[in-house]
Amino acid sequence: MNSLFYVPAAVAVISTILVITSLNTVNALLYAIISLLSIALIFFGLGAPFIAALEVIIYAGAIMVLFVFVIMMLNVGPQAIAEERQWLKIKVWRGPVLLALILMGELAYVISGPSRGACGLTINGPKQVGMVLYGPYVLGVELASLVLLAGAIGAYHLGRRDQPGESDRGQS
Amino acid sequence: MAAVPMEHGLLLAAILFALGLIGVLVRRNVILVLLSIEIMLNSSGLAFIVAGSRWVQPDGQIMFIFILTMAAAEVSVGLALVLRFYHHFKTLDTDRANTMRG
Amino acid sequence: MQEFLWLIPTLPFAGFLTLALIGARLSRLSVMLIGVGSVALSAFVSVLVGVSFIAAPPHGYAYRETLWTWLQVSNFRPEIAFYLDALSLVMVLVVTFVGFLIHLYSTEFMSGEEGYSRFFAYMNLFMGSMLTLVLADNLLLLYLGWEGVGLCSYLLIGFWYREPANGSAAMKAFIITRIGDTAMAIGLIVLFNNLGTMQIQEVMLRASQQWPVGSSLAMVAAALLLGGAVGKSAQLPLQTWLPDAMAGPTPVSALIHAATMVTAGVYLIARTHVLFTLAPLVQSAVAVIGAVTLLLAAFSALTQRDIKRVLAYSTISQIGYMFLALGVGAWSAAIFHFMVHAFFKALLFLGAGAVILSLHDEHDMFNMGGLRSRLPLTFWTFLIGSASLSALPLVTAGYYSKDLILWQAWASRTGSPLLWAAGLAGALLTSLYTFRMVFLTFFGEAKTMDAQRHGNRMSVPLVILAFLSIAGGFVELPVSPGNQWVFTEFMGTALPAAAIIPTEAATQHALQLIASVTSLAGIFLAYIFFHRNSGSTKLPVRSPVGYAVHCFLSSGWGFDRMYDKLIVQPYVYLARLNKADVTDLIYRGIALLSKIIHQGLSIMQNGRLRWYALTIGIGAVAVLGLVVLL
Repeated sequence: MNSLFYVPAAVAVISTILVITSLNTVNALLYAIISLLSIALIFFGLGAPFIAALEVIIYAGAIMVLFVFVIMMLNVGPQAIAEERQWLKIKVWRGPVLLALILMGELAYVISGPSRGACGLTINGPKQVGMVLYGPYVLGVELASLVLLAGAIGAYHLGRRDQPGESDRGQS
Repeated sequence: MAAVPMEHGLLLAAILFALGLIGVLVRRNVILVLLSIEIMLNSSGLAFIVAGSRWVQPDGQIMFIFILTMAAAEVSVGLALVLRFYHHFKTLDTDRANTMRG
Repeated sequence: MQEFLWLIPTLPFAGFLTLALIGARLSRLSVMLIGVGSVALSAFVSVLVGVSFIAAPPHGYAYRETLWTWLQVSNFRPEIAFYLDALSLVMVLVVTFVGFLIHLYSTEFMSGEEGYSRFFAYMNLFMGSMLTLVLADNLLLLYLGWEGVGLCSYLLIGFWYREPANGSAAMKAFIITRIGDTAMAIGLIVLFNNLGTMQIQEVMLRASQQWPVGSSLAMVAAALLLGGAVGKSAQLPLQTWLPDAMAGPTPVSALIHAATMVTAGVYLIARTHVLFTLAPLVQSAVAVIGAVTLLLAAFSALTQRDIKRVLAYSTISQIGYMFLALGVGAWSAAIFHFMVHAFFKALLFLGAGAVILSLHDEHDMFNMGGLRSRLPLTFWTFLIGSASLSALPLVTAGYYSKDLILWQAWASRTGSPLLWAAGLAGALLTSLYTFRMVFLTFFGEAKTMDAQRHGNRMSVPLVILAFLSIAGGFVELPVSPGNQWVFTEFMGTALPAAAIIPTEAATQHALQLIASVTSLAGIFLAYIFFHRNSGSTKLPVRSPVGYAVHCFLSSGWGFDRMYDKLIVQPYVYLARLNKADVTDLIYRGIALLSKIIHQGLSIMQNGRLRWYALTIGIGAVAVLGLVVLL
């Protein structure tokens, strides 16, 4: 019974459920951070310490914080909670939950069968990852950097405050 | 370090993916939609790690690095778009943006 | 000379082509010259050919000229070939000569109308088609001419196309003759199927060899050809189109619906006489149809107000005489009557046209009167024509031809006294209604003051036709007086003589006397009723019974109404009932289905992000399910 896997797994599932059902946006974000941290623990248990660190630093530390910044900037206000309560009636949940259950069923069917093996037996540390990353996958690294460049430029352009005489002209 | 059966790891990834899907379809707040998408991306990354760990290769972790990079870029652009969305519609309700209805 | 035979139909066709293509750009004079000139040349050529034919008759009294092979499909090989014998020569001479006179007349009659070149183009096309019909060597070419004259009849009846009533009259004529044409086409197919050829003389030969008298095949073929003839010649039961065809210009009525086209049926039966001799039942039917029609039309002519309608019913009646003659086997008598009828009927129509034109389009006889002094030339020629129509004894050609028919009806082996009596009653009615027409139009006091004279181009044809109406009969005089059998002998080279039961001369004299007295009696009665006491006919019409009879007769014995009730209305009702039938449902169903799909798909485009995400999710799950399951 590998408690380094099952306990964080339970925590992750519970906190994800709380993410999608919470009324307050900031609360949802915090639950998400918890979920991500527990997934990092799972990664650590599966023998991927480098990725666990990356998960914490980048995913939970940068992306979620970015979400927090945007919420802070938008400054929605307390009426958002009442709105959410109104939007999240039970009948809204029926269809998507059904769909997700069907999907789950299909995936479970695919996964099930004779045992496919065990994981978490060895540790692949940063050194191994680095050697493979800058070896056969160096092209992917370059492409990833291009994607980040595009994202940076796009985010800069879209986030720019409208100059005078430029508002909503052609929806730029 | 005791071993974990691969099916359990993949099952966890499937559960998280389904929960993320529910979140995308149910929530009307556009930020929460983006957040649910992030959850889905994360779960697919978990599946890769599990696979890489099973076959004792770092390739799964490398795939996760790429997914992570892409998620970061997407979130930054996506949140910039959320800002414009709020600027235009004065609300975060996705259902208000239905002018392209036929 | 006879090798110029092919020019006779070709010249009018050339005239038609010229006028159709460039006629609108030519001057009136050029149109006149081309239109009349082509027919005049054709008449001239036919005279030359005729003279050569009579002076130096070819072998077997028949001359055949082949131009080219029309088409060739295994053993079906019709050719464009012309056949000249006594019958077709007479027809050609009459058609071209009367046609020429009418063309000349119409240059002045139509001078005030627009569409001058169109008129002459159609008239030339008609002349070409009619001559093709008459000269055709095989049945297919004859049918081509047949259809051509039907087309020209339609075009010319509806010549003043801006009036919708003219268009309806043209369509009525075309559709009714079409019924006959269909029967004829089936008859041609039957003939070809069983005898293997379309060439008329071959058909006659093979039919007489292969089919015994009274065989059912002969009867079927003859009956079908009779159907075609009945349609074209406006006999019972397809006679209703001719009175309405008077909506066309008067020269058209004269040429097509009096002198030439309506006699195409007579020509057809005379041409294929062998078939009819092989089917005695059908031949008797021809005679009966002729007898009934002539009486029916004569009664109707008695009650008409429009001068042209009187002449139309008169035409139907006179063609009934021709059918009667054909039916009793008097082939040459029928053709003789055709020739004489062409002369006086064309004369009467042209005279009526002159009257109508002079009175500025007045058709109603009761509005005419006293024109004897105002239009003297028209009056005298019209009087001669009417006398010929009424068979005024001894001086007119009509007397000799009608008398011949009556005599053959009595004396022929397949004739009967009943047919003779019908013909006699018809003769009485003929002279009655003819002179009613004369007295109402030319005698009495004038109802309208205005009457303008007309020029030479209208007068000369009238005079020539009047001369022919008198002199045309002298080629065929009965045994007493005269005993001239020129015409019959000439026709005897092409048509068999009528089989006559020998009767004594006394009987023949008695019949002649009775016929003469009848026509004179008719004229006298007309004088009393319509000239002396001109109001005396109004009284019987005023009474309810009399009025009902009058309406019945004047509407052509109610045939139009009967056809409408029996055929047209049920058909229209069925068509309306079937308006939304199964085929319609299929097409409307397709449209409805696409509309439903459209509406369904439109709902799916509501612009909501979550809905789109949901549909993507559903699609993905479905595909995944397919992959998992298969």
